[in-house]
Amino acid sequence: MSSHEDRGADGVSRRKVLECMTWAGSGVLWTVAGGVPTSLGIMGEAVAQTSGMTFLQISDSHVGFDKPANPNVNSTLEEAIAKVKALKTKPAFMLHTGDITHLSKVKEFDDAQKIITQAGLVTHYVPGEHDIIDDEPGREYKQRYGKDAKGAGWYSFDQNGVHFVGLVNVVNLKAGGLGNLGDEQLAWLADDLKGKSASTPIVVFAHIPLWVVYQQWGWGTDDGGKALDLLKRFGSVTVLNGHIHQVMQKVEGNVTFHTARSTAFPQPAPGTAPSPGPMKVPDDKLRTVLGIADVTFKQGEQRLAIIDQPLQG
Amino acid sequence: MRGGFAAALLLALASALPGAAQAANLEVKIGNFTFGPQKLTVKVGDTVTWINEDDIPHTVVSVGKFRSKALDTDDKYTFTFTAAGTYEYFCGLHPHMQGSIVVETATGDAATPERTDVTVVSRAGR
Repeated sequence: MSSHEDRGADGVSRRKVLECMTWAGSGVLWTVAGGVPTSLGIMGEAVAQTSGMTFLQISDSHVGFDKPANPNVNSTLEEAIAKVKALKTKPAFMLHTGDITHLSKVKEFDDAQKIITQAGLVTHYVPGEHDIIDDEPGREYKQRYGKDAKGAGWYSFDQNGVHFVGLVNVVNLKAGGLGNLGDEQLAWLADDLKGKSASTPIVVFAHIPLWVVYQQWGWGTDDGGKALDLLKRFGSVTVLNGHIHQVMQKVEGNVTFHTARSTAFPQPAPGTAPSPGPMKVPDDKLRTVLGIADVTFKQGEQRLAIIDQPLQG
Repeated sequence: MRGGFAAALLLALASALPGAAQAANLEVKIGNFTFGPQKLTVKVGDTVTWINEDDIPHTVVSVGKFRSKALDTDDKYTFTFTAAGTYEYFCGLHPHMQGSIVVETATGDAATPERTDVTVVSRAGR
């Protein structure tokens, strides 16, 4: 059902671009924006083929939510997917960092799937806390998106030389605590990373931020530090999270942390409201605070280039 | 009826006396990611109802004691406390939200003659 292509969105190969350059005899200004080479001028807005890959992060679609902050989350999710389809460089695949649904209902999972598969891209998921509140907690999520995964749904895969690890930090939460990975998952992670060369770029994705963004609102992972210790020896680590419904980015040594916007509703910046719940903004501003994130890996670059794109603006 | 009125009057008096046998129904409101009141003291036999007034679902979990399903806006969860003790609980989705229910036995360590009379009166009132 979903396809995976290696050519650029307009089917132009790197060789073809170079040939055109030679024929035209004109200089082409190459700019490097966030590690992505872009050619300007000779072919209008054409984007050069990178030797790496681009993938998409979407998050917190909350299908089933219908309160004032956004009475129609299916619509904004559709707009996000339309935006994905319109990208000049077609992503190799998508990562969804959780809270696919709002109440773990079957219909919500069905609706989300219908919309997200319109992108025509393989999509890898990790659950958010809203995805595991069915009567038999986590059953619906596991049978849809975690069949081949371990435990509550953790797994890894490789693509274009990059090692991707999906972690689950929304299960077995303790009173007064933050997100939680647990010893079983950490032991699996240690084993999964064993033997990998330190030059292997690693991308870890999980719902709740692995680092403590704001303790008072539960925005962090109690044992996230243990996972980061396991990743310390690698030269390029990217941690992609959701949960907080806003962009936050931090670089610490070899690790780049990034949280994505929601496609459903925004939440307040830390400490700027009484609680972290859905934040109502003026209707004409809503789409400026929802969005997707385009992530590009370029061979030889340590850091992945992350470009957050709001639905509007 | 004459007997009914007398019984109702006696029952009303019985309820006003300390140690009345009637169980209470109490509420905890969930709003702004907070349980209110955060600490609630009740008696054995009392029932507590949690009501979610937030725009986001919450759950009510006391490990080994009780666990609600996901409560969306305006959903309720009810639990009747049959054993004394302190019940610490939290929200399973947002574990930084915490509260407690302190369940006390009926007032007075010693049984008092009045209490016995109250029991008899309320039975007669039915």
